[in-house]
Amino acid sequence: MSLIAILVLPLAAMVLCLVPLEKISSTLAGWIAPVATLLAAAAVLALAIGDSLHVAAGNSIIAIANWIQLDGLSALILLLVGLVGTTAALFSWGYMARRAHGEKRRRLYYVHFNLFFFALLAVPLAVEPNLVWVAIEFTALFSVLLVAYENTHEALEAAWKYIAMMFMGAAIALFGFLILFWAFKLGGGVTYTWAGLRAAAPHMPPVLTKTAFLMILVGFGMKVGFVPMHTWLPDAHSQAPSPACALLSGLKTTVALYAILRLLPLLPPNHTATWLLTIGLISVGAASFLLLQVRDYKRLFAYSTVEHMGIICTAAGFGTASGYYGAIMQMLAHSVTKSFCFLAAGAAVLAVNTRQIASVRGLIRISPAAGAALLFGGLAIAGAPPFAVFLSEFSILKAGLMQGRYLATALLALFIGIAFFGILGGLNRMVFGRPMGDPPPPRTRLPFTCVLALLLGAVPILVLGVYQPRPLHELLNKAVATIHFQIEPGSRNGRRPAKRTTVGLTRRTGRPRTPTGKAP
Amino acid sequence: MESLPIKLLENLNALAGGLFLLCAFGMVATRQVRGCLHFFIAQALFLAMSAFILGALLHSWDVLAVGVINVITKPFLIPWVLQRNVRGEMYSRREIDQLLNIPTSLLIALALAIAACFLALPLLRAAGGGGFAAVNLPIGLAGLLLGAYTACVRRQAVPLLLGLLAMENSAFFAGIAIAPALPFLAEVAVTFDVLMLSFIVGLLTRTIHEHIGTTEVGALTTLQEQPQP
Repeated sequence: MSLIAILVLPLAAMVLCLVPLEKISSTLAGWIAPVATLLAAAAVLALAIGDSLHVAAGNSIIAIANWIQLDGLSALILLLVGLVGTTAALFSWGYMARRAHGEKRRRLYYVHFNLFFFALLAVPLAVEPNLVWVAIEFTALFSVLLVAYENTHEALEAAWKYIAMMFMGAAIALFGFLILFWAFKLGGGVTYTWAGLRAAAPHMPPVLTKTAFLMILVGFGMKVGFVPMHTWLPDAHSQAPSPACALLSGLKTTVALYAILRLLPLLPPNHTATWLLTIGLISVGAASFLLLQVRDYKRLFAYSTVEHMGIICTAAGFGTASGYYGAIMQMLAHSVTKSFCFLAAGAAVLAVNTRQIASVRGLIRISPAAGAALLFGGLAIAGAPPFAVFLSEFSILKAGLMQGRYLATALLALFIGIAFFGILGGLNRMVFGRPMGDPPPPRTRLPFTCVLALLLGAVPILVLGVYQPRPLHELLNKAVATIHFQIEPGSRNGRRPAKRTTVGLTRRTGRPRTPTGKAP
Repeated sequence: MESLPIKLLENLNALAGGLFLLCAFGMVATRQVRGCLHFFIAQALFLAMSAFILGALLHSWDVLAVGVINVITKPFLIPWVLQRNVRGEMYSRREIDQLLNIPTSLLIALALAIAACFLALPLLRAAGGGGFAAVNLPIGLAGLLLGAYTACVRRQAVPLLLGLLAMENSAFFAGIAIAPALPFLAEVAVTFDVLMLSFIVGLLTRTIHEHIGTTEVGALTTLQEQPQP
């Protein structure tokens, strides 16, 4: 029932937001939408934590068999959506109170926010691949009006590019899913779910499986923002209101990548490695150089998303348990950190009312909270220690070296280094120095809910960099087991699901764990 | 005796496939917004025709449902949704701007259609032969590529949307042959998605027209990266 409740809560909040209360009481109207949205998101987070603990303990949760279920990887994504959704809802309260023009527009924002949140939650909960496609497509449809929310020339242009690219990717991915279903039926599959696909994979014609994978990789790759299909991403992620950007950059790209990762157990890693490594490295490389010439700090974080998606794709391309572990860790770290960065960018917008890097100096003096948050977010997302991204990137580089992919690892390290300077170079100029203008802008106080959201958002970034709670570690291992299959040559089609799977890394050594739980 | 109507139906399916592909070429070649819409509607009707034939031959209610859904949504609901939001755009008979001229586009479309046939061959071989997939898969794949091409070269909002919707038509044209047992719920959800897309794009196009004064979305190029001074 908890899974159904998770889906119903944002819809209930959305219905409350639709009620026009302005005529009865303007105070009530101002409160009802943000409070309903925040309460729904917090309740979703509480339920997601409970369900994730349940899954981490080795149980499975089934709401509607073969349609709505939860396993290791989906529990982790659900947890991320709940966490980021809650901080974004909290931040929206103060942010939209200052930025929205009129009560009706503000209500409209919360309606779209809840619909988008609902679609994001539906992706990990659905286990039927076609429904996952539909849920991912809904994330695009429900978020496009958030991108266009400001109704400026730039916002409308970004929204148009966004929807066109999203649907083109969706159509290509739909074709891929239909071919996948064809292969599944030819392979004698019975129950069309992620688990059913994995069971039928050894008997599915490899040519069909590979074609389906490639089409889904390209189709959903557009939604993830892989280079060269990324052109919509910096536009859309810079034009939407900042809390919506937190969902777009922190979650929407992640759930599309989640669907791609779900297909990895269907093919031998050597079949997918070349594609994943190539796309991943091109994305990281292009994004790292683009980061050097960005003039808008929200676009800076958007390009950083392209970079991070490339890093995750590269890690998955390594094709080992440690690579997958790094990829999932990076997904986790990216989501919490990038959403924080966009909230910090929103705080900066509230403080200085511009997005141009060159127009801002001494932000820490104008608004200490916004300046500190921007610096904290910049350091964390660039991969500085001791934050979560540093740990995940380190584990990915280590996985690459252990796999013997020296060139790919060296290129990845180089691009990460370039991106580090690209991100911090711009932010450093904004945060420090003497404020521009004569007289300089007055000191600005951020709304209380914005500061609180930033404080709450900073906690997982810091904690995950130095400590991993045991339930989370178990969940990560279960997520790795979900997407990782060892291949044994000689079976039908040259592959067979292994009787045993390596499950993540040992806590102490960081080496792949054997089924006995000991490091080799 | 039974083989005769089956053969006839198979031939009719092939005819529907041929006309479906012709409509995709028509969308590439037409110069007017309404012409583009008419080709899209005709394409949807040929998809429905193929769905009815395959549904009858395969005794599949799911495939028949695809036909019914297509007959209701594509020729009626989608044009209605578009005309509600962008009426002026739909009824104008103006020339469509596109990046490449028509003869060049048709040549590229021809190359794409031939490429689709070659791409489908190994898939059909792996699946163990022909059946209806031998007709529907290459045509569906060709339609997908032509739809993507149409969306890429059109600069006006509505023809660009129709190119995208033609891609979905094409995916389903192949889908009814290769995945006839697809759960009905998924088909309904995809149709709902397409309707939502048409509504949202219509709304967006109207807003763009109101704020910017044009629906030539190809000309929206203010968001570009420029080096720092």
